[in-house]
Amino acid sequence: MKQANGTYIRPKKRFTWWLGSGNYFQYMMRELSSLFIGAFSLVMVWGLYRLSQGPAEYLLWLSNLWDNFLLFSLLCFIFATYHSITWFWVTPKAMPIQIGGKPLPGAVIIGAHIVAWLAVSVIVWCLAMGGMS
Amino acid sequence: MTTNTRTIEIEVLRYNPSKDEHPYYQTYQVPCQEEWVVLDAVNYIKDNLDRTLSYRWSCHMAVCGSCGMMVNGKPTLSCHSFIRDMPDKIRIEPLENFPVARDLIVDMDSFVTKLTSVKPYIVPAEKLDEPRSYTQLPSQLKKFKQYTQCINCLLCYSACPQVSMVEDFIGPAALALAHRYNQDSRDVGRSAREDVVHSNAGIWECSFVGACSDVCPKNVDPAAAIQQTKIAATGDFFKGFLMPWTTTNKKVTLEVE
Repeated sequence: MKQANGTYIRPKKRFTWWLGSGNYFQYMMRELSSLFIGAFSLVMVWGLYRLSQGPAEYLLWLSNLWDNFLLFSLLCFIFATYHSITWFWVTPKAMPIQIGGKPLPGAVIIGAHIVAWLAVSVIVWCLAMGGMS
Repeated sequence: MTTNTRTIEIEVLRYNPSKDEHPYYQTYQVPCQEEWVVLDAVNYIKDNLDRTLSYRWSCHMAVCGSCGMMVNGKPTLSCHSFIRDMPDKIRIEPLENFPVARDLIVDMDSFVTKLTSVKPYIVPAEKLDEPRSYTQLPSQLKKFKQYTQCINCLLCYSACPQVSMVEDFIGPAALALAHRYNQDSRDVGRSAREDVVHSNAGIWECSFVGACSDVCPKNVDPAAAIQQTKIAATGDFFKGFLMPWTTTNKKVTLEVE
């Protein structure tokens, strides 16, 4: 649109800007992953509520989940993994650590995050398996 | 010296505010030499095919930052982009997210206003009567040196979707320069920059797309600067909340002569 001072403002792609570039698309996928993670969290909160109502209600919820949400859960897992990995990948940008005046390589910062993430995941897995047995 | 010549079709967005209601594309056939950069091809059009074409350039060596253009939809410093890496058809447009003043020239007033608002200069702790040098350790310089490489070419503003959608967003280069001065051991102006940098139009408008850092021709990392500023601002908030006696709230008064 032509402005009063003669300059011209080009129309903007309000809703499709992220389809034109690989980097924008990856960013939008990371943002989109939050919706899946949020939805999965709500399902889990609902499960906790059903658990508080007694074993029969919880098992009913669990069987419904197994029948209807397996594919959804798998999708949530893929998005959560994608979100976590891409997030760890950019941690060196937010954490420029210097030791003895020398910057710590980004790979070390990313690696430390991934190792900590895997360690916490294994601990949670062991706790969950221990509780089930 | 013999060089290979390849004829390239170059489509350029044209706009003359005194004649045109809307921009339009004009196509030129340009015999490009292998060692040319995109700017050489644009200069060829200007010198041999169409003297009315308007664009900015100066140094031809990625120092002045004035020849930024959209090349095939990507923000590019045209003196820093070889023709041999390009297809046989190129589309050249003015930088995105800025009003077009004429042809490939954009109106960058909004950027200059934003840049000025973050006080992009050293605010010294004291006003010296006698000029003297300030000492700085190499490790102190390393903290911000990459941010001093910014040439204000505006590619990061063109790449940023937040700049496109939020007109007031201070933007990548200005926030990176604010971070550069905040990190400088000779500077005490951080509190004076807070009102702008920590505002909604400042760091919190950034959603960490990271496109600014991807397109920077000088390998500056504005996305990193903004995330580090977010962490520092969050730390300041909690420190002021939990330990109010440690916050002096002293605003530095600036005297610019």
